[in-house]
Amino acid sequence: MTGLQDRLTPEQIEAFGREMDAIRQRIVADLGQDDVDYIMNVIRTQRGLEVAGRALLFAGFFPPAWLAGVGALSLAKILDNMEIGHNVMHGQYDWTRIPELSSQKFEWDTMAPAENWRHSHNYIHHTFTNVLDKDRDIGYGILRIDPAQKWHPYYLGNPVYATVLAFIFQWGVMLHDLEFDRIVRGERKWSDPELKQMRARMAPKAVKQVGKDYVLFPLLTGPLAPLTFLGNATANLTRNLWAFAIIFCGHFPSDVESFTEEETENESRGQWYLRQILGSANITGGPLFHILSGNLSHQIEHHLFPDIPARRYPQIAAEVRAICEKYGLPYNTGPLRKQLWSVAKKIVKFALPPKPQRSAPEPDTLARDKVSRAA
Amino acid sequence: MRLAALAEALLTPHGIDRYLELVHPMLVRRELRGEVTAVEHQTADTVTLTLRPSSAWRGFQAGQYVRVSVDIDGVRRTRCYSPAGSQHRAGQLELTIKEQGLVSGHLQRMRPGQVVGLSQADGAFTLPGRRPKRLLMISGGSGITPLMAMLRTLADEGHDGEVVFLHYANTPADLLYAGELARQAPNVRVVTAYTHAGDGFFSRKHLVAAAPWYADAPAYVCGPAPLMDAVRAVYDREKLGAQLITEEFTPPELVIDETAAEGTVRFAHSGVEFPNSGRPLLEQAEEAGLSPEHGCRMGICFSCTKVKARGRVRNAKSGEVSGEDNEEIQLCISVPAGDVEIDA
Ligand code: FES
Repeated sequence: MTGLQDRLTPEQIEAFGREMDAIRQRIVADLGQDDVDYIMNVIRTQRGLEVAGRALLFAGFFPPAWLAGVGALSLAKILDNMEIGHNVMHGQYDWTRIPELSSQKFEWDTMAPAENWRHSHNYIHHTFTNVLDKDRDIGYGILRIDPAQKWHPYYLGNPVYATVLAFIFQWGVMLHDLEFDRIVRGERKWSDPELKQMRARMAPKAVKQVGKDYVLFPLLTGPLAPLTFLGNATANLTRNLWAFAIIFCGHFPSDVESFTEEETENESRGQWYLRQILGSANITGGPLFHILSGNLSHQIEHHLFPDIPARRYPQIAAEVRAICEKYGLPYNTGPLRKQLWSVAKKIVKFALPPKPQRSAPEPDTLARDKVSRAA
Repeated sequence: MRLAALAEALLTPHGIDRYLELVHPMLVRRELRGEVTAVEHQTADTVTLTLRPSSAWRGFQAGQYVRVSVDIDGVRRTRCYSPAGSQHRAGQLELTIKEQGLVSGHLQRMRPGQVVGLSQADGAFTLPGRRPKRLLMISGGSGITPLMAMLRTLADEGHDGEVVFLHYANTPADLLYAGELARQAPNVRVVTAYTHAGDGFFSRKHLVAAAPWYADAPAYVCGPAPLMDAVRAVYDREKLGAQLITEEFTPPELVIDETAAEGTVRFAHSGVEFPNSGRPLLEQAEEAGLSPEHGCRMGICFSCTKVKARGRVRNAKSGEVSGEDNEEIQLCISVPAGDVEIDA
């Protein structure tokens, strides 16, 4: 079988890595006031939408006001989580030394405490992208999403788990950090000091989040409390569904590959870049769509350069794609509906036990074999 | 205040300042900022800014310094300056800044209405609670500011002890606060020396001429390194070093030599110290038996971010050198250039 290491010759992988480094250096050298102005603008817009949304809900008895309020609040939460929170916490603006944009200090409007997420996402997921048994984002410890995950009757529930996860996504992200699945399998203890620390951060954050959306703001609107409650819940739900869709489309469409630990041992910088490309998928769309997705629609570029301001990804996407073509590498992209459909099919497909071994390997995540056969 | 607590709870996780500042940058409650209310150019290469600090300002003691932050090309830069005003003028901060370096150069072009970031005042270069009867102040160039603050503070307090204010400027045109220094009360003797106009640099002769009783009084000194060194040498020779109270106005420049690893790395909280081996700080710390938090070890996850209290490090990824105090750095990709102190 063609391993990750055999995709390109040693000379090719070296040259490929250098080309990627060159892109990175060029962008880093170009960072400046425009990048700060951009993110500050997004933040201003987000705050404005949030204040407007909260205010409109005080007139929630008037259905158009309620709808507009929920819409504004949903957008505010989406911007907060995707284009601001996710990206700032990746350290994309640490170079500005502006405390409000510091990856270490930022806290976002969602259940998962920033500190926990930084470990599970910035470190674990971004270092071990799509390495089985290491990257806990493969199926989030709940789903079977890759042929290399051993089937178990539990996975018959795949579509149900995915649907439930989509609805409660912010809670899912928070609980993900606890590694429940590993506790259930006995690989990790509930009393583990690291887990204790994580839990200690969760309760206060959850109280604050639940407190403002489901207690304080509803109470402040007096007789409208139930409407405000419902409005806030809807905004949270909208954000959950959106975030789930974007994130699942970033790594789970068909043809995205996964890797074994052995394959990724002693990886060179070029090989690391290569794995990021093979393990990610983009979504095509217009500028507004990219902003609302936190530019995670450029998941490939994001995984190559997680600490470069996300607004730069569209600028370099064509170049990254051209380099991929030059080296005969796949560049997985497509419109949202195509990627979503592909994810849905996969969730259903891997719910079922693997079919008895056929002569050709599963086409789904094993694009590398298709390529090597074609070559 | 109840209302503020409620507002904070409603505006979690971002907090009230993040919303108030959108209305006006000076409305912030927790953070400290200063609005420029007046700009004056006393000499060709200095600017005197009067600032109105925002509500969190707790005042200062004469001689202390504040950190001033401005954004230049998207990057927030911070420098320390000593307020020159009396500590008894609440709600007003006067800074006199000499044009040298990025931040100071930027501040030269400030206009009324603009807002800068501030810190609370800090520093131990202050007068004792019981004001000394006799007092000597020696300053050079823009090192005059903390001493000016002391002079004005004492004046506001009606201090009637004997004060000698010995100040060094290049030429008469470079003398800061010239008018005010000329109008001091009789108990204050102002002596100015122009180094580029034949008066020469600080010497024991100057000292004896200005304050013959210098052996019996505390001396506050602030100015460029050569002046400080000269004063220290004279006092040390006479075993009067204990009377000197000094403020380093400009920290000594560190020489960056990227080939030879030199200097000492210090982790302040754990008290561990070791010679710089030229490897990234994370590795060096681990070799020294520390286990700083980290993740990827390749500069992408920011798990290893720590505050560098002092010194210079080179970012192995970008080649950029960070030389400011209290700057966040990533240990796994930062290589020390000379002495470095980490807050960890
Ligand atoms: S350990 Fe990941 S950035 Fe330093």
